[in-house]
Amino acid sequence: MGQKMLMKGNEAIAEAAIQAGCRFFFGYPITPQNQIPEYMSKRLPKIEGGCFLQAESEVAAINMVYGAAGAGARVMTSSSSPGISLKQEGISYIVGAELPCVIVNMVRGGPGLGSIQPAQSDYYQSTRGGGHGDYRMLVLAPSSVQEAVELTQLAFDLADKYRNPVLVMGDGLIGQMMEPVEMPDYHKDESLPEKTWAATGWKEGCGRDRAVINSLYIDPSVLEKHVNHLYEKYAVMESAECRWQEEMTDDADYVIVAYGTTARIARSAMRKLREEGIKAGLIRPITLWPFPNAPIARAAEHAKAFLTVEMSMGQMVDDVRLAVDGKKPVHFFGRTGGIVPTVREIITQVENLAKEGK
Amino acid sequence: MAIVYEKTKVLTDTPLHYCPGCTHGIIHRLVAEAIDELGIQDRTVGIAPVGCAVFAYNYFNCDMMEAAHGRAPAVATGCKRVNPNNIVFTYQGDGDLASIGAAEITHAATRGENITVIFVNNAIYGMTGGQMAPTTLPGQVTTTSPYGRDPALCGYPIRVSEMLATLDGPAYISRVSVHDVKHILDAKKCIKKAFETQIAGKGFSMVEVLSSCPTNWGMTPREALNWLEANMIPRYPLGVKKEVG
Amino acid sequence: MAKLTIARETCKGCGLCADVCPRHLLELSKEINAKGYHPIAITDQGQCIGCAFCARMCPDAVITVEK
Repeated sequence: MGQKMLMKGNEAIAEAAIQAGCRFFFGYPITPQNQIPEYMSKRLPKIEGGCFLQAESEVAAINMVYGAAGAGARVMTSSSSPGISLKQEGISYIVGAELPCVIVNMVRGGPGLGSIQPAQSDYYQSTRGGGHGDYRMLVLAPSSVQEAVELTQLAFDLADKYRNPVLVMGDGLIGQMMEPVEMPDYHKDESLPEKTWAATGWKEGCGRDRAVINSLYIDPSVLEKHVNHLYEKYAVMESAECRWQEEMTDDADYVIVAYGTTARIARSAMRKLREEGIKAGLIRPITLWPFPNAPIARAAEHAKAFLTVEMSMGQMVDDVRLAVDGKKPVHFFGRTGGIVPTVREIITQVENLAKEGK
Repeated sequence: MAIVYEKTKVLTDTPLHYCPGCTHGIIHRLVAEAIDELGIQDRTVGIAPVGCAVFAYNYFNCDMMEAAHGRAPAVATGCKRVNPNNIVFTYQGDGDLASIGAAEITHAATRGENITVIFVNNAIYGMTGGQMAPTTLPGQVTTTSPYGRDPALCGYPIRVSEMLATLDGPAYISRVSVHDVKHILDAKKCIKKAFETQIAGKGFSMVEVLSSCPTNWGMTPREALNWLEANMIPRYPLGVKKEVG
Repeated sequence: MAKLTIARETCKGCGLCADVCPRHLLELSKEINAKGYHPIAITDQGQCIGCAFCARMCPDAVITVEK
């Protein structure tokens, strides 16, 4: 670990990416993630082989990512909700062509232009694919600047491991707040395979097949085989890459499920509730896809009820309900429009459940 | 006996899927021959478009990437920035380049991106069944301009080469045609020149190739080439539009 | 003395080569190939001057010219 520094989430993510060997960044300005491209524009030209390019649009940026990833590079782009919507076409192609890359979404309020305040209303888009076709992305949701650093670096390894894009999903708060952070000494996972599939120039007898980076499979049986292959990878991800944090769930009557910024607030609420004598616990998904069904299913065996808290009108709550599978009631509390739920609001929600014996 | 002419090894053995008499095949050949003659096959990466040439990755015998509709210049940018020693070309039709990809081509050009663009202009969307393109001529009948392209309704065709030549970024832009052997030989020279421009590191190069679409124009291959010469060349004058020494 | 070799199975019978032959030596065969096209054929090999106009015009690269 290096020395502790005070860093803004967006800048910490950018530096973490560089430490993880990211030398190419293509982006387009949008609030509240601008410090990522700004930081990259300052740092990358000073690093040998590094390139920052401000694209003409989010659409172009994600396709530059496609080209750079196809050429074998560690590459990243970042944006915020409306911009991520624009990137969906490219993301779908990247998945189809099995290219590794890291995409950061500092989520802001929607729909439409929405607001520039923090939100979590891109959960469906992120965990259900987002673009056209059958696919998934690994979605990592940090709840602190330190965790954003660690997950960004992990994202590059996972992307290379599975040849699939990985989404780091923060929100305006994670991006904008300053926290003490230690840059880990990054060591690349040595077991990662060589990118022998990359398009870097070929001729007969050069030791590999001609590279064709492509997502078009016009023969239905061939496309079905390809999609089945993608889903075999997703099955491995589901068993190997699910990450979450549990606090005081062993004896909890009321289990709060929250991620990212909201989980920090939920943690404070959970501790206050314990002080009041209400047995509350917290499950914080770190991977939003694959979703941590197991700890939720376990907690459903003994808990009285669940409360999902989100900065949205209720999106992750669907996954919590699927994991609970009807065994216990699943309640929801959310704020939207860029409003962050307060500790007091969450406490009141759980207090009411306890009072009503729900 | 010596070989006067044979198919270049920079084309694969896969038979082209294009309609009989479609000039895509001629243009593929010219691009592949230029790559062959310049000795750059082992460092070339081609970017295929969406449209009739979508399967170009099956034909060019070099590393290839298939891009989303219109995005080939952005994909080429990412590829070239990672490996500047690669020779990167895009192969795009008029719908791909001049309509949905108008932003990507314009910005790749103005950045002086050191790539080569082969722009095939046949004034129609071929693959999707003959719809109106940004380069469809006024009065030209297509499946979405069944009464002929009406400029009052949908504006005028874009002269892409002239438009991009106004920018400071491009190093070489020319327009050629492949309607007869003389023009095919000229086209080959220009395509080679475009690749040489990239090899020399001078920046963005593009060759617009006037091409035919016998199937969707509803003509025989020969009639189509005659129509190209009589109608397209007056609208899209041939020649070098920009060349930086 | 020149020799044309035509890859009959990949020829689509578009006839563009025939139009550019200065000696008018190319015409479509009566037979059809596996793809259902009438491939091009040379009528009199002995008259061919090996100019390769046909090969340069051919969209499917089916013609090899030797001289």
